[in-house]
Amino acid sequence: MFMHKKIAGSLIAAALVAACASTPEGTVTTPSRGPSLGATPSAAMLAAMDTSIPPSGAGLPAGSGTVAQGAKVYDAKCQTCHGPKGAGKPADPLVGGIGSIASGKPMRTVGSYWPYATTFFDYVRRAMPTNAPQTLSNDEVYAVTAYVLNLNGIVPESAVMNAQTLPQVKMPNRDGFIDYSRN
Amino acid sequence: MSKKPSPQAIAAASETRVLPTDAPRDTRRRRFLTQSASVAGTLATAGVAANAAAQEVPAWMKTPGTPMRAYGTPSSHEKAVQRPSASGYATVSPGTGSSRTPHQSLEGTITPSGLHFERHHNGVPDIDPAKHELLIHGLVNRPLVFNLAALSRYPMVSRNHFVECAGNSSPNAGPKPPQITAGGIHGLASTSEWTGVPLSLLLNEAGIAPGAQWIVAEGADAAAMTRSVPLTKCMDDAMIALYQNGERVRPEQGYPMRLLLPGWEGNMNVKWLRRIKVTDGPTHTKDETSKYTDLQPDGKARQFTFELGVKSVITFPSFGHKLDRRGLYEITGIAWSGAGRIAKVEISADGGKSWQDAPLQGPIYAKSFTRFRLPWEWNGAAAVLQSRATDEKGNVQPTRAAFTSQYVAGMNYHNHYIQTWGVNADGSISNVYA
Ligand code: HEC
Repeated sequence: MFMHKKIAGSLIAAALVAACASTPEGTVTTPSRGPSLGATPSAAMLAAMDTSIPPSGAGLPAGSGTVAQGAKVYDAKCQTCHGPKGAGKPADPLVGGIGSIASGKPMRTVGSYWPYATTFFDYVRRAMPTNAPQTLSNDEVYAVTAYVLNLNGIVPESAVMNAQTLPQVKMPNRDGFIDYSRN
Repeated sequence: MSKKPSPQAIAAASETRVLPTDAPRDTRRRRFLTQSASVAGTLATAGVAANAAAQEVPAWMKTPGTPMRAYGTPSSHEKAVQRPSASGYATVSPGTGSSRTPHQSLEGTITPSGLHFERHHNGVPDIDPAKHELLIHGLVNRPLVFNLAALSRYPMVSRNHFVECAGNSSPNAGPKPPQITAGGIHGLASTSEWTGVPLSLLLNEAGIAPGAQWIVAEGADAAAMTRSVPLTKCMDDAMIALYQNGERVRPEQGYPMRLLLPGWEGNMNVKWLRRIKVTDGPTHTKDETSKYTDLQPDGKARQFTFELGVKSVITFPSFGHKLDRRGLYEITGIAWSGAGRIAKVEISADGGKSWQDAPLQGPIYAKSFTRFRLPWEWNGAAAVLQSRATDEKGNVQPTRAAFTSQYVAGMNYHNHYIQTWGVNADGSISNVYA
């Protein structure tokens, strides 16, 4: 490639900034160069927005919660929609169905179907309760996670969920998925 | 609910028009799909029906019309053309649900923006565009944040693409065929001309760091919707869509910006996009684990089945229409594939025993609705109509049996099996399983 000397107000040949491809519909160009107008985010912005939690648990916040604390959170903030002890109705049940997935009559819940416990923390923190999302403290999310996992028999009554313990929880259906992303 | 005006209505509106002149043009290039050879006979049944009222000057010619208005809406006589909507959580979370494009009432390939399907997981946010920003961070050399004014100055591309919810056609996953319209079944798919900034441009400006394989995209709605997307797709044809059918993206479609992943399941096309984090692997969010995964009979579920299968549906005639006399009709519908362009659509009037190619309406765009049309002579007997699409990669739309046998009973995602419409002897249309 030769160096293109930019002249104020000059048109830049499309080929220099775009991958040209003629198609039956015309000359569709995919521009390959932009005007670099992105700003640098502040550290505070990055910290506030970076909330997605992968299975490794990377990015889990400080804080912790017990099963007993979680029962209180659940009864106050989840039960109206998910039923007593996660039984469901009007919204999805959060408990039950373990062992049913291959039975032909699968009951898909957090306990029976979800491959990772980190997903529960990630999802509840961002989306629940639907009538007041993003209002739970990190301690409350850890606690209600411990409670729902305990209702499913996945962690003991003494369990404490935090950034270290949560990624170590082995979900019953951990190996239940086939990765089709490369198909 | 008849889409096409009845012959009587046509005759009333124009006393000089005779039905056969409405027959598809250029029929020499098309072969008719006939049930009987009595073409001449049926043409003769449509005559000139002059309307006495037509002798009078219509009322709307005798008074000045309404003046100009700032933003147009459809005719007041088209009020019945609506998106039917449903929420499984109406009492507690009414914004969690969907509304469907009424395909049985529409023509062409572009879905009017106000009839584009909706699927929201906690309602439509009312976003102030001056306060909305898009953050790109994670495994990049330079995290960057863009506001709408900045993104609007980027070079853009315009492309026609469908968006289809992974749960589209799920009414047909039940044990009995529901007697509902084409839109009621298949209306979670719509096509728009999308204009926006190629995502690859922005990722290149941020600089992809070693180890980057995926992204996770997040919306600014009350569900903070998040989905993981392989980086290869992001660097291929993904865009940050700012415009839909020429105007700013509608609120229901992600105003002021959405991720557009042509041909991939709708939920990944994250609306109200606020953040893209480049990652080393998938984040396994709720909507890519608990939902939108395809459970097989052996208890294993296919995860990340992103590309939508080749699909077609006859939109006329379909449930709710009524063939009111024997004779010439145009069978028409839409076909699309997540893998590329539609190469072929075949139509059967005998439940799949024999097939005939239906001419495709050009131009044919990749990962976009393609309209097909075939003249059809209805002899008044029961018929079983099907359409079967093939895309440019050679993928063929599966039968109901072939599709459903891969999954546990009732599996209601990524359904793209052949739709069957039964034409009854009285001219009514039923949804049937075949
Ligand atoms: C006002 C009603 C309401 C309340 C209160 C509520 N939820 Fe939900 N929840 C919903 C709805 C509706 C959905 C389905 C969302 C969707 O379809 O995307 C849901 C989905 C979920 C799911 C996903 C279920 C699955 O199997 O995919 C989990 C987990 C969950 N909620 C946990 C909670 C927890 C924990 C609380 C309390 C902190 C809570 N919810 C409070 C309405 C509610």
